[in-house]
Amino acid sequence: MLRELYFSFVDFLRTFGALQLFFLRLLANSPAILVRRFGLVVQQVYNAGALSLVIIMICGFFVGGVLGLQGYANLAKFNAEDSVGTFAAFSLLKELGPVITALLFSGRAGTALASEIGLMKATEQLSAMEMMAVDPLRRILVPRFLGGVISMPLLTAIFSVIGLFGAHLVAVDLLGVDPGAFWQQMRSSLEIGDVWEGIIKSMVFGVVASLLAVWEGYNAIPTAEGVGRATTRTVVITAIAVLILDFMITAIAI
Amino acid sequence: MQQTRSIEMGTGLFVLLGMAALFFLTTQTTGSNSLSGSDTFEVTARFDNVGSLKNRAPVRMSGVTIGRVTSVRFDPDTLVAEVKLEIESQYDRIPEDSDAGILTSGLLGSQYIGLQAGGSDLSLQEGSEIEFTQSAIVIENLISKYLFKQDSGSDEK
Repeated sequence: MLRELYFSFVDFLRTFGALQLFFLRLLANSPAILVRRFGLVVQQVYNAGALSLVIIMICGFFVGGVLGLQGYANLAKFNAEDSVGTFAAFSLLKELGPVITALLFSGRAGTALASEIGLMKATEQLSAMEMMAVDPLRRILVPRFLGGVISMPLLTAIFSVIGLFGAHLVAVDLLGVDPGAFWQQMRSSLEIGDVWEGIIKSMVFGVVASLLAVWEGYNAIPTAEGVGRATTRTVVITAIAVLILDFMITAIAI
Repeated sequence: MQQTRSIEMGTGLFVLLGMAALFFLTTQTTGSNSLSGSDTFEVTARFDNVGSLKNRAPVRMSGVTIGRVTSVRFDPDTLVAEVKLEIESQYDRIPEDSDAGILTSGLLGSQYIGLQAGGSDLSLQEGSEIEFTQSAIVIENLISKYLFKQDSGSDEK
């Protein structure tokens, strides 16, 4: 029992260390790819970012709308329904925007990355590239990683803005909060640091979600079952990592 | 070729949208960066009690924000709180004997500094000190004063 625990701990450490080395290799190759093979990165920004727009916008709108409803219902008890804008903006910009976007991103784009790379490995396309002296890390993995890293902050910002308008639509247009109070209260209580906190979170989550998706795909067992499992693990591990990191960043920021 | 072009267009549109969203978040949702661009001058004011006045709290005159609090510290020499304010340079004709008070916006709002114009011909400028100040109202003091008054009132009767 203790022996097994020890070995699984050593196993975890090895995987964790390998992940760090893999991350460093991605980073080391990133500048060269950004400069020389920018077209590849653009293609991946399209796959990871532009194709995720629809789900991000729909979810952002309804998350904002529900914040408007809940905020109004609870703040009206204290006659403070004018603060609905502040409430929605704080929740969206600092927490819900980055976190939900990261979870949706890993579900929409992370799984696609992991299964694509896993399948390339299973059908030996990666080995074939190596035979032709093309480094699959530079040709396949780095552009996908960079595509995710670039897309995440942009997706988060779009999510938050759409969410704010969702909250505005519900609170002001449906429930009758004063529009001036909605924006004014928000502006007077939000500071630029709060906005930055959300942006920094989304950057960190972008790196983590893309790294884990690429890593899981690259290390998938090259069978049909293995690729499926890698896809599942991508979502599960990303969700755990994102929520833990969210707590840590918030703790540092406060 | 056609496909590459539509991908490039989609990416461009996406990045533009994202940038616009970032721009909106940084400029439209916060009100505190409106001052950062303009020139300011610094004045000091000493208060017996600053209550819960924070850095970056607004300085208002007739309800209009004209500046920010830049630092709140306790001065060990004079044994009172020393507050530094930065005021936009365009408001360079505020009388020197103006009165500064720590007020609260709304019942539960945050605290800010309210300036009340004086009658002097000299104006506040870089480095000058506001002499007439009025401390923040601390609820506990108010309550104890009220209780004390009632006590003394009943004694007299």
